[in-house]
Amino acid sequence: MLKFTEDHEWLKQDGDEVIVGITAHASEQLGDVVFIELPEAGREVEAGEEIVVIESVKAASDISAPIAGTITAVNESLSDNPGAVNDDAMAAWFFRIKPAAGAAIDGFMDEATYKALIG
Amino acid sequence: MTETDTLKQTPLHDLHVALGARMMPFAGWDMPVQYPMGVLNEHLHTRDQAGLFDVSHMGQILLRAPSGQAADAAAVLETLVPANLVDLPKGRQRYGLFTNERGGIEDDLMIANRGDHLYLVVNAGCADSDLALLRRLDGVEVEHVTDRALLALQGPQAARVLSALIPAVANMTFMDVATLNWDGAEVWVSRSGYTGEDGFEISLPADRAREFADALLADPAVAPIGLGARDSLRLEAGMPLYGNDIGADVTPGQAALGWSIPKIRRSGGAREGGFPGADVILPELAQGADTTRLGLRPQGRAPIRQGVTIFDAEAGGTAIGHVTSGGFAPSVGAPVAMASLPAALSPGDIVYAELRGKRIPVEIAPLPFVQPHYKR
Repeated sequence: MLKFTEDHEWLKQDGDEVIVGITAHASEQLGDVVFIELPEAGREVEAGEEIVVIESVKAASDISAPIAGTITAVNESLSDNPGAVNDDAMAAWFFRIKPAAGAAIDGFMDEATYKALIG
Repeated sequence: MTETDTLKQTPLHDLHVALGARMMPFAGWDMPVQYPMGVLNEHLHTRDQAGLFDVSHMGQILLRAPSGQAADAAAVLETLVPANLVDLPKGRQRYGLFTNERGGIEDDLMIANRGDHLYLVVNAGCADSDLALLRRLDGVEVEHVTDRALLALQGPQAARVLSALIPAVANMTFMDVATLNWDGAEVWVSRSGYTGEDGFEISLPADRAREFADALLADPAVAPIGLGARDSLRLEAGMPLYGNDIGADVTPGQAALGWSIPKIRRSGGAREGGFPGADVILPELAQGADTTRLGLRPQGRAPIRQGVTIFDAEAGGTAIGHVTSGGFAPSVGAPVAMASLPAALSPGDIVYAELRGKRIPVEIAPLPFVQPHYKR
């Protein structure tokens, strides 16, 4: 199940965890990504908490936790190769999160709705 | 009316749109910030081959004295600009500053001696105030050139590409200026630019600009480059940007631009002072400014950008300055920055940038971050 946030994150349910990245549209808007600061695995986060910093050649932007939960893993390879986000945004996941009780991604946009949003 | 409706357009506006540029308001103009190649590749392309920049938004100004002698116009301009302009030879260009009574920098500019007049190129955002300053001067006639485009061709292939269209440019060296002919159009060429690369700036009639740009872009070595890469190129080259690193409250000493003020205009020189703020600027140059513009190399990969506070310790300590320009330097492959810091610091010293609540160690580094490739 693939879902999308208004902040241009993609969310993929994988067992009892959710994998989070940014969309190709977002990576195009950001331009060349040169640095990504990831959260630490094990960290408990609130929905909306800014937990990733993406630096492009142009500017810094944050992405936030789409749901409350615990970060279970981060994609360390992005530290050495942040440009992977520009090459293939769907493959360049940022972190995995285990939703807190009651947190789920069902309410986010499906692909068709997201595509309509970005035009 | 939207903001976009009020923005000025350069003679190459249609070309930028046709090339797929992302346009953005800049100093009242609708300018290309990047093309589909992207800022990173545009930057690297310019260092490797040749980049074509539309800098038509910058102000082009002619300054004439009634005598018809450039030196007489230069003597008048020296009342606003602390440079040696009277002795600027014909066919040469020089960097200078407009200063204010407080010793701050109103603008930075290029001044060329074109025989019977001076040709000035000023920043887009300062052009109106510069013109107002110049028009208050006695003894010079000020002409704002509004019917010409200004293009910059920068990079190691620039000379080969431009000389195929205008053979005479091959004989020019860094900071030479010449009035030349391209296919019946009068072009004003200087061998200069703001990237640290060999290159040229070319002023030509607005109605020929598209044709000329197309001719340059027909060479496979030439790519169009937007403001994004222009900014990272000049940052790597250690060149100050008006509004970031220099401004009305920053003195030449604080900006590390004392080199643009020669002995002849300093205390004890033959044409000492005589420009706005001389009573502040000259003593400061003699004693050395307390703070100055220094290069920074952050450790790690996180860029530190304009406004970031610099501390003297990893925890606690004192705020000692701030970043004036910073970002990722594609040719260095790492973040770099320029900052206003105590002048007593020297390369190799470590200071700390507070980034998102964390203190990042940052090494004071010599400027520029890349070695220039001018043709001397």
